[in-house]
Amino acid sequence: MEVALEDNNLMENVLPPDEQEIDVDLEAKEKKYLRGEVANLESLKDKKLKTQLASREKLYGKSAKAAAKIEKWLLPASAGYLETDGLEKTWRIKQTDIAEEVDRSSTRNQYDIVLPDFGPYKLDFTASGRHMLAGGRKGHLALVDMMNMNLIKEIQVRETVRDVAFLHNDQFFAAAQKKYSYIYARDGTELHCLKERGPVARLRFLKNHFLLASVNKIGQLHYQDVTYGDMVASIRTGKGRTDVMEVNPYNGVVALGHSGGTVTMWKPTSQAPLVQMQCHPGPVSSVAFHPNGHLMATSGKERKVKIWDLRKFEEVQTIHGFHAKTLSFSQKGLLAAGTGSFVQVLGDSSGDYSRYMSHRMEKGYQVEKVMFRPYEDVLGIGHSMGWSSILIPGSGEPNFDSWVANPFETSKQRREKEVHLLLDKLPPETIMLDPSKIGAMRPSRRKEKPTRGEIEAEKEVAIEAAKGVELKKKTKGRNKPSKRTKKKKEMVENAKKTFPEQEHSNIAGKKRRIGEDAAAELPSSLKRFARKN
Amino acid sequence: MRIKTISRSVDEFTRERSQDLQRVFHNFDPSLRPMEKAVEYQRALTAAKLEKIFARPFVGAMDGHRDGISCMAKNPNYLKGIFSASMDGDIRLWDIATRRTVCQFPGHQGAVRGLTVSTDGNVLVSCGTDCNVRLWSVPRPSLEDSDLSSEKSTEPSAVYTCKNALLAVDHQFEGDLFATAGAQLDIWNHNRSQPVQSFTSGSHSVISVRFNPGEPDILATSSGDNHISIYDIRMSSAARKILMRTKTNSIAWNPMEPMNFTAANEDGNCYSFDGRKNEEAKCVHKDHVSAVMDIDFSPTGREFVTGSYDRSVRIFPYNGGHSREIYHTKRMQRVFCVKYSSDATYVISGSDDTNLRLWKAKASEQLGVILPREQKKHEYNEAVKNRYKHLPEIKRIVRHRHLPKPIYKAKAESRAMNDAKRRKDERRKAHSAPGTVVTESHRTRRIIKEVE
Repeated sequence: MEVALEDNNLMENVLPPDEQEIDVDLEAKEKKYLRGEVANLESLKDKKLKTQLASREKLYGKSAKAAAKIEKWLLPASAGYLETDGLEKTWRIKQTDIAEEVDRSSTRNQYDIVLPDFGPYKLDFTASGRHMLAGGRKGHLALVDMMNMNLIKEIQVRETVRDVAFLHNDQFFAAAQKKYSYIYARDGTELHCLKERGPVARLRFLKNHFLLASVNKIGQLHYQDVTYGDMVASIRTGKGRTDVMEVNPYNGVVALGHSGGTVTMWKPTSQAPLVQMQCHPGPVSSVAFHPNGHLMATSGKERKVKIWDLRKFEEVQTIHGFHAKTLSFSQKGLLAAGTGSFVQVLGDSSGDYSRYMSHRMEKGYQVEKVMFRPYEDVLGIGHSMGWSSILIPGSGEPNFDSWVANPFETSKQRREKEVHLLLDKLPPETIMLDPSKIGAMRPSRRKEKPTRGEIEAEKEVAIEAAKGVELKKKTKGRNKPSKRTKKKKEMVENAKKTFPEQEHSNIAGKKRRIGEDAAAELPSSLKRFARKN
Repeated sequence: MRIKTISRSVDEFTRERSQDLQRVFHNFDPSLRPMEKAVEYQRALTAAKLEKIFARPFVGAMDGHRDGISCMAKNPNYLKGIFSASMDGDIRLWDIATRRTVCQFPGHQGAVRGLTVSTDGNVLVSCGTDCNVRLWSVPRPSLEDSDLSSEKSTEPSAVYTCKNALLAVDHQFEGDLFATAGAQLDIWNHNRSQPVQSFTSGSHSVISVRFNPGEPDILATSSGDNHISIYDIRMSSAARKILMRTKTNSIAWNPMEPMNFTAANEDGNCYSFDGRKNEEAKCVHKDHVSAVMDIDFSPTGREFVTGSYDRSVRIFPYNGGHSREIYHTKRMQRVFCVKYSSDATYVISGSDDTNLRLWKAKASEQLGVILPREQKKHEYNEAVKNRYKHLPEIKRIVRHRHLPKPIYKAKAESRAMNDAKRRKDERRKAHSAPGTVVTESHRTRRIIKEVE
């Protein structure tokens, strides 16, 4: 391509053939960074605004291109994968086989912690995946630093613990205990007792809004702002007791699964659910959300797992065969389902979700909760004998952004981040099904006045309909032909008038009839006092 | 079987020594940032509120004159100095940084009406109602100026007399000529005691004069009979004349677009004209309630500052119809002259209460040295606020200004009057035959005609 070209535009169009294919790839990435369609500026009449917006759109295009190039060339790490050749199937590969092939630091992430005395364990990870909180049913709470496998703190609360959740970072966590929920600091000090909620079945934290959401044994949904302790909303769902609750990370909406098979979605500012979907014929066992916010997986007791598209609220796929007690999506879109002592991971590399990997534990280990660890290829499993961790290649996002979640955070960075998170705290009113509506144009509600031709056409249609209607044949001597024709004529006349005139004549007719009757009853000397409407 | 899992080594992602910088990694993927629009909106709201918290535009007042200030002049070569003259003939050179008088130029007997400095910064020209034009040599600023106790005074280098009182003076941008406005428009040379050239136009006096920054021989004047005239001094009469309904108090040329000028009018509006095409104004800037007395452009050419008889100073964008900022104080009375400092950071207003006041051009700007991270944060806040400035909550905060009661009431009254007039005009138009009643656009409404 050593052609001397003076025009810069021409230079950009001429590409060597091997680079042209990569351009297509870059365009696909660019679409992701454009975050939607280019705005239509043709309908704008204000010239100044039009030029300003046009130059802004150009800038968006440029920045999307630059971000696509950075993603292609400059990101430090690449995603994990598991590929088999020939007849070997990926779901037959055991964790021991994987351990032989990967490096030492990855095999450190495969382990089983056996604690048979403290009951089934629930897990939670912080947003960066560095810390893990394990809560056993019989009252054992343990806070672990996953990078060094360090046990930071463990406490025994001597009460039933039904659920655990981290707050915005590893400094605070909440545990749903027998009668009330409690908030603890990192060193195990009990900070708050949340009495208002009652006995809580599930606890989840909405990170952007600093809201601690919980559903209790009566089926009430509570939202509390943990920065100043105000109970933002307490909603009576009216659907009875449930312990299936998940938060959609894309829009902050809370989904509850009920025993009638419905999944309802809630926001703190309304007492009625946003959406009610009938998902299963029987009770819903668990719900999970894909991080992009468009897919939801639900499982029911009829041994089916259904994948739903949340934009159209339609079912996309059904997976038969097992009753998944717990579901979890990874950052890259893999779905983990736990049933009995068996964990199955489904992947969507071929469009639909199909078997990717599986892991069978010893018979006595009943899986209680599965959860993918963020930014790592690791799946955490909480079961009746403790907790385990297995490797699932290709499940985690390999490149983290230091300003979003940094697994290698220092304490100074953590403090700064906390301050920035608090400054960016969103009010609960911003929770909506489509979060991109904020700042978007509202479609104009003014209906266009129908043109004269349209009005005429409507009238003709109404006249035809009036002519075509069949009057019911009355019995008992009321079926006089003269009356029938009179009524039909009246209907056609009505159709010919415009709507306001029809209303007016109906009302006037009624009033006249009433007045005439009253006037007929009065004696003649009082007739002049009869109301004349 | 090929397997790869994510494995990060701690060395790659943390720093080796405490003197190293922390490592920062970026991933711009939108899926890592849910609800980013809501977060941006929240940041825009916080930025708007912070801007209001930090908005302290008043820097200081320069006290010293003993009578109301009539005019000011900027020295093109020296950023820190400003000349001001008052109604009792007192001319002073101020040091803006210390807000003190550096030098006085006594001599005028009556009010000083015009002040201007030559482009090389050496000669100060002043004219007044005592029919004198005085030329002074501007003292060179030196390090010894830090001795504040001595207020020097100098003698004029030349005094020229003419027959009538003089009302304004302006110096050519490139060259040795300056123009005075009085009973007629006179062009003078530094060394001649009589005007080199004179332009007469009718019986009314010329109120203000301004040379074009781009073309050295073109100047704009405004006269008492509501005309704005553009002269080329190489020709013998006016090149263009615009007749308006009310008189223009001051004219300023846009330094970045020298063919455009803005005229500050007695009816409270400023009219921006294209010097080549005068049938209609390019833009009408409406916000003042009373006569606009003076106008000065920012060196960026993007905004201008106006001072008005209604005791306020407003900053307008060059192409926008309404002011972006208003400055007022209880102590500031009728504002007679304003200047935009040559580094586009300050605005100086001279008013009837004998004080010059120094204001920041951007009210919430942080002055002094700003670290690069701070600067980036300010720029980010500006950008995110501009993105959401049309939304009601943010618009309400950004637009909010406290107006003094007389201005507030006058604006409400004029709004009611304009609404009533507009309604009546619309009804008249609706009830007349189409085409008989023609609405005049605001840009042509106040112009009566253009005279060649």
